Amino acid sequence: MDPLTHSLTAADLQHRGAAVEAFRVTKRFGAFTALDAVSMKVEAGSFHCLLGENGAGKSTLVKCLVGYHPPEEGGFMVDGREHDIRSPRDAQRLRIGMVYQHFTLAPGMTVAENLLLARGDLPLRIDWRHEKAALAAFLDSTPFRLDLNALVADLAAGEKQKLEILKQLYLGQRLLILDEPTSVLTPGEADEVLGLLHGMTRDGRLTVLMISHKFREVSAYGDGVTILRRGKLAGSGRVGELSTAEMAEMMVGSSVAVSSGRRRCAADQTQAIGEIRLDVEGLHADNDRGTPSVRGLDLSVRAGEIVGVAGVAGNGQKELVEVLLGQRQASAGQVRVAGEDYQASRAQMRRHGVFSLPEEPLRNACVPAMSVAENMGLRDFDIAPYAGGWLSLGFLRRRALSRRAKALIEAFGVRPDDPATAIENLSGGNVQRAVLARELSGPVKLLVVANPVFGLDFAATEAIHRRLDQARNEGAAILLVSEDLDELLELSDRIVVMSEGVIAYEALAGQADVAAIGRYMAGHGH
Amino acid sequence: MSDGGDSLAFGSLALALLGGALRVSTPFLFVSLGECITEKSGRINLGLEGILVLGAMSGYGVSLASGSPWLGVLAAGLCGLVMGLLHGGLCSLAKVNDIAVGISLMLFGTGLAFFLGKPLIQPQAPMLPSLELGAWSDSAQLQSALRINVLLPLGLLLALLLHWGFRASRWGLALRLVGDNAAAARALGYPVVAIRIGATAAGGFLAGVGGAFLSLYYPGSWNEGLSSGQGLMAVALVIFARWNPLRCALAALLFGAAGALGPALQSQGITAGYYLFNAAPYVLTLALMAASWMPGRSLAGAPGELSLTQR
Repeated sequence: MDPLTHSLTAADLQHRGAAVEAFRVTKRFGAFTALDAVSMKVEAGSFHCLLGENGAGKSTLVKCLVGYHPPEEGGFMVDGREHDIRSPRDAQRLRIGMVYQHFTLAPGMTVAENLLLARGDLPLRIDWRHEKAALAAFLDSTPFRLDLNALVADLAAGEKQKLEILKQLYLGQRLLILDEPTSVLTPGEADEVLGLLHGMTRDGRLTVLMISHKFREVSAYGDGVTILRRGKLAGSGRVGELSTAEMAEMMVGSSVAVSSGRRRCAADQTQAIGEIRLDVEGLHADNDRGTPSVRGLDLSVRAGEIVGVAGVAGNGQKELVEVLLGQRQASAGQVRVAGEDYQASRAQMRRHGVFSLPEEPLRNACVPAMSVAENMGLRDFDIAPYAGGWLSLGFLRRRALSRRAKALIEAFGVRPDDPATAIENLSGGNVQRAVLARELSGPVKLLVVANPVFGLDFAATEAIHRRLDQARNEGAAILLVSEDLDELLELSDRIVVMSEGVIAYEALAGQADVAAIGRYMAGHGH
Repeated sequence: MSDGGDSLAFGSLALALLGGALRVSTPFLFVSLGECITEKSGRINLGLEGILVLGAMSGYGVSLASGSPWLGVLAAGLCGLVMGLLHGGLCSLAKVNDIAVGISLMLFGTGLAFFLGKPLIQPQAPMLPSLELGAWSDSAQLQSALRINVLLPLGLLLALLLHWGFRASRWGLALRLVGDNAAAARALGYPVVAIRIGATAAGGFLAGVGGAFLSLYYPGSWNEGLSSGQGLMAVALVIFARWNPLRCALAALLFGAAGALGPALQSQGITAGYYLFNAAPYVLTLALMAASWMPGRSLAGAPGELSLTQR
């Protein structure tokens, strides 16, 4: 081959998606085998999905591929040639980049500054006029649209995700690995981001490898799929040729029905719905920056119903939940529980049976360094039968707390099953289970829940949804705030859409029009 | 008393305040710019009070020994640099808290300065020169108000330079990234620990220079009550200025004016409550902190890694 043709092919390859093959990759952490001879084939310019439950080894496999921990056995082929990927630098040289589940952006800096910092070879003095023109030209070459001068802290989650992807494209990556890219996005944002990436793979400019456990996304965007289970290859194939049920079976290892939006009929539940438990009237609240976030919201929840609050993140849901939980001061309006003015005092919570499962429970509902037993006792450690004793001086009865914790751990399947473990050492799903166990252990009359299955795997999600359903059937009034529309459609009796701090749309779940919900979520309803 | 007399008195009080502000603000300016650099990197150095005092002592001593006040300023800066390196290094160890290290450095710095500075209380060292910006005027009062020290324009220039550099230099961007999201900086290959140590050392250098001003220009002698908490107030000032060097300069002038309130009133013949008016900077600190810390709000513009802004 003469040098000219050779350089032409090399230059040509730079603008095309990479083909990647993993061959019998094995990775051990001590005695634990995280990956056991896993092989995977990702074709050039394809959109490949990596499916599996939490702990199946998906993240380990891609971390081997980007050089974070090199495998013990096996290796990788990029564009048909074997490459030893020992460090992130090696991966960067092969133009393989990864977008992590958690944002790695500097919130106090602008979009342009974040992009420029990713480049790494900054000049001592930055000519912003020149750099901005170059960045704008780069943005034009991609399908993504972002304001270069916007502060990252002011971006919505979907825009942040776009910026993370842009950072990798800016580095000229030919293979983009995405670790559950849509876990923090609304369905609309997810479709937009994945659709744009899908378009780039159609041009052959990019190969995408996406870790996911959402079948909807896999079916809509994937070309090929590789499924892992417990560190082993459970199956692979083309997306069109595998049914969702087959993929689910490979993923969890047994034949389980995938809940496909069990939409309830409004008729079979009207008799169960009782009196108004939570009544919010004209509520106003400011966000952390002091700007109005909840702006005159009216909402009521009756006994025996789940009211689902849908909405794009940042439309006041977080502030609403914080006001209801007593974490934030309302600036105006009224919250009544069972007809009484409610300030979220401990006495009122007890009197009215108000419980909650806030988002990020480790931060919002736990004392991380305390044990599981102590955390499970936070609601009632100071009343009989857990306090009192000698001369009624209010001594803790640790044994009673521990005994009750053991029972709850058993009933809710918290792992590890030792009540003395510090709760911060539990996995996300188990923290969620432990907090839910605490919140559902008393007579629940009103339950406020926010994003209860965020980042949880299939089994944990099912377990928590079952518990919520059960609490509702026992007559609790439940307010469920979630960014996952599928979850809301599955669980709610009534769905409301929150947009710009008010309820913009309301419908019984059985009659809800998903297209209308989407329009109102996007703020185009009126 | 006539109206004319009133406005004359008010005018000369304003002049006295302006002069005081220009005179007293310099250490605030240097310490707050130093602290601004350090905090932009995601750490707080409360030890700047100790560095200020140590800088005052070492600057005075070197000026006395060498006969050159500029060598004194340099020595004070280098002393601060070493203290900054000490703070930066200690905080880089695992599980070491920057606030606690800062408080111990504050006590260490002042203690060391008092110990080594005993023989410096009596002799008179050569002072820093001043610029006569008011030479065009006949008014003695205006001349005295506009007699500024050489360090003040240098400090204002530095504020401009920092304001530009934070935005448009490689070092500025890297510094802000490290202070805003250390994990992201690490992922992009920026040396987080080295940048923080460097930023703390630079902050220490500037605080040391601020100290040299105290002993070599105004009040212009070495004694143990020299600083009276200016290093600590500068930390509050940075928060008030929302980590912006230009606003740091304005805030330093404001604090300077507050500090000059007591002497200015005294020069007008108002001696009642002299000590009360001298407390004005402390009252201002409290009021500003209360005003900038509204409950339920986070501080806009705060570096994300700063321990005091993290919930």
